[in-house]
Amino acid sequence: MKNPIPHPGPHAHAGNTVRRTMVLVMPALLPATVYGVLLFGWPALYLLLVTVASALVAEAVSLRIAGRPVMPFVTDGSALLTGWLLALTLPPWAPWWIGVAGAIIAIVPAKQVFGGIGQNPFNPAMVARVALLISFPLEMTTFVAPQPLWSGQGPGLLAALDVTFGSGGSLDAVSSATVLGHVKTELGRGVALDAAQAGTWGAGALALGGVAGSLGETSALLILAGGLFLLVRRVISWHIPVAMLATLALLAAVAHGLAPDRFAGAGHHLLAGATLLGAFFIATDLVTSPVTRRGQIIYGAGCGLLVFVIRTWAGYPEGMAFAVMLMNSMTPLIDHYLRPRIYGRDRRGEPLVVADAAGRASHD
Amino acid sequence: MKLFRIRGGVHPEERKEATAQRPIEAVPLPALLRIPLQQHIGAPAEPVVRMGERVLKGQLLANSQGMISAPVHAPTSGRIVRIGGYTAPHPSGLPVRTITLEPDGKDQWIGLEGVDDPFALEPEAISARVAAAGIVGMGGATFPAAVKLNLRRRYRLRLLVINGAECEPYLTCDDRLMQEQAAEVVDGIRIMAHALGVTRALVAIEDNKPRAQEAMRMACQGDPVVSVAGVPTRYPMGSEKHLVQALTGLETPARGLTADIGVVVHNAATAFAVHEAIRFGKPLLERVVTVSGGAVRTPRNLRTLLGTPVEHLLKLCGGTTAEPERLLSGGPMMGQVLPSVRVPVVKGCNGILALTPDEVRSERAMPCIRCASCVGACPCGLVPLEMAAYIRAGDLEGAARFGLADCIACGSCSYVCPSRIPLVQYFNHAKGEVAARERARVKQEETRRLAAQKSERLERMAQAKREALARRKAEMAARKQAEAEARA
Ligand code: SF4
Ligand code: SF4
Repeated sequence: MKNPIPHPGPHAHAGNTVRRTMVLVMPALLPATVYGVLLFGWPALYLLLVTVASALVAEAVSLRIAGRPVMPFVTDGSALLTGWLLALTLPPWAPWWIGVAGAIIAIVPAKQVFGGIGQNPFNPAMVARVALLISFPLEMTTFVAPQPLWSGQGPGLLAALDVTFGSGGSLDAVSSATVLGHVKTELGRGVALDAAQAGTWGAGALALGGVAGSLGETSALLILAGGLFLLVRRVISWHIPVAMLATLALLAAVAHGLAPDRFAGAGHHLLAGATLLGAFFIATDLVTSPVTRRGQIIYGAGCGLLVFVIRTWAGYPEGMAFAVMLMNSMTPLIDHYLRPRIYGRDRRGEPLVVADAAGRASHD
Repeated sequence: MKLFRIRGGVHPEERKEATAQRPIEAVPLPALLRIPLQQHIGAPAEPVVRMGERVLKGQLLANSQGMISAPVHAPTSGRIVRIGGYTAPHPSGLPVRTITLEPDGKDQWIGLEGVDDPFALEPEAISARVAAAGIVGMGGATFPAAVKLNLRRRYRLRLLVINGAECEPYLTCDDRLMQEQAAEVVDGIRIMAHALGVTRALVAIEDNKPRAQEAMRMACQGDPVVSVAGVPTRYPMGSEKHLVQALTGLETPARGLTADIGVVVHNAATAFAVHEAIRFGKPLLERVVTVSGGAVRTPRNLRTLLGTPVEHLLKLCGGTTAEPERLLSGGPMMGQVLPSVRVPVVKGCNGILALTPDEVRSERAMPCIRCASCVGACPCGLVPLEMAAYIRAGDLEGAARFGLADCIACGSCSYVCPSRIPLVQYFNHAKGEVAARERARVKQEETRRLAAQKSERLERMAQAKREALARRKAEMAARKQAEAEARA
């Protein structure tokens, strides 16, 4: 026998690996990503490549410095996924150094400093996004109107290099507000919601995604399709996304019902911005979300609540990153208080008391 | 029949097809039988035969010692050639006291005494015969069966559950036994129900064994006591407490027995052994063993004499096709690694598996990614990743606080963990550590108590001495004074 060392059971395995868990998320992200690149042109692709590559390099370098094995971890797919997700939340024409800085922030202080995969309390991509938003507000809120590759309007392969790696001079001409940003600004100026929403931003446009916004979050439909794929393949469970979307929709619907002029409705909240990307791909991050089903429902509901509150009353039009990070900080607490009931014990951990029907004939 | 939901659990690949269709076959006598004196939980048996002695089939070789123990008998006639240490069929591979029997090939029985009407016997007489036959739980737990048949003295019982779930992958020995000897198994069940004083017995068989269900249904048709219940195919359905919950909806209290809720669980093969012991007086000499796994050329179900070397069985199955990655006794979920092919089959051995690397799928462990798979899989409502974190940090109290003692070591968590963290290994290790500390604590306390007693005793003696001295002095003084007074 090759393995005479006493090996504990089980001597079989379902076959899942960390890499497989990560790799399964990739096909789910692909449609929205491809669409984002088509919609915003070559600069979007360059930004994506820069971000992912920087994330991998940052991971490898940190592992090397920490003296941990490099190959098994760099190839586990987690850094690649972090870079990818981060890129999807960036303005598509952001300059290269935004991608590099974001990737480094995500991998080094937000992940490796805590001990690498599985140890980070906050979602690395969201830490990076928030850090970038605070440090570089201008670059992080300059969005371009869609200039689909097929329309021939946008910069070509080479001209696009200048957008991402050069001075980005042509940006002003095409910059545009996001749906959430526009509505927020208009509402802030006292414009009624109907008027603020007037224009091209109907639910249809939001679902299909022909609007200004971050690289990967404009097409609600494609993201939803990816999310459903994750659900079907059991990479994620329904608890977090459903709790989150339902809470957000409910709050929005109630607010809208009370004051239709001042609060956008459920459809707007669900379809615009990072709602779906957040619900299916970010809030469901395994490492930073609770481990029990009940905990996941509370956590999802908390994300939904915070997204609504931040979008409605705080200074930022989009609240996904803040909401998720705030709930990340609640995860240990939720896990502590919502642990499952142990078999044979009540919720407090005391052994169950036997009902009268059977049991000991005599108490000895 | 209404079934109840149990939480968690996994569905490992069944891989039963290799042997499910193969009838049970007899095994020719091996050259030597190795009979360990401890084939059960509890104290090892004590030999009653001597080296060189000739014994008959069924003759007592070693007697049980104490409350929880079981005797062992000669599986065939022959000569005792050795009594001494031999590699145990256990991962440690440490030697255990073993009787080696050289068969003479005559297979000559000692006189047996059966019972015509077991239902006329007192329940105590039945459990006494079961104890004398050396029957232990044959599902792998190897708890002496008679002890469990006596539970009615202390518990109010109402249901006997027969565990025919056979939820471990590969194993089909109970499946085949229930198909081929359904009537005998049902007879054994009725005898056990009589001994326990219950009027209802349920045979739980997983739904992936429709033929066994069918055969057993036929065998207990119209029986007022015994009936068959199909249960979902889900590991660990064979866990006593979970099986009882699936059947009755009742949860056994932590640290308790299923008897606390009025239920006793026995294995189907145990029922068969009880039938043989009571009807014919046969002690437990053999059992059905599934020999399977990707590295076995022709997997089979073999009716095997206890003490038969694993090597002998593998040879009968055409040998192994490749160097097996792992050789196991039992199923892949809870089975144990065997240290060598020379170890013998014992009472609790329901399978011998020689697995290929493909089947074992071992990979290097990675850090926990908090994927919560283990939480979803645990049938006991534990949070394995958290217990493992505590144990890794050396905080056994922390792990204990979060349910370490409630872990049944079923392996569901390890089975699904994408990071391949050896969770069960952590838990077993920690449980051992906790038990060792507890023992050390008890021992220390005992020492302290004895020391205190001793110093108290010494103190008392010194005190007594002092008092005696004082008394004597006083007496002397009194006498002197009396004398002085008398003189005066
Ligand atoms: S081995 Fe223990 S912790 Fe793991 S699933 Fe089974 S009972 Fe739960
Ligand atoms: S299954 Fe493994 S990786 Fe997932 S949470 Fe449990 S211990 Fe961690």
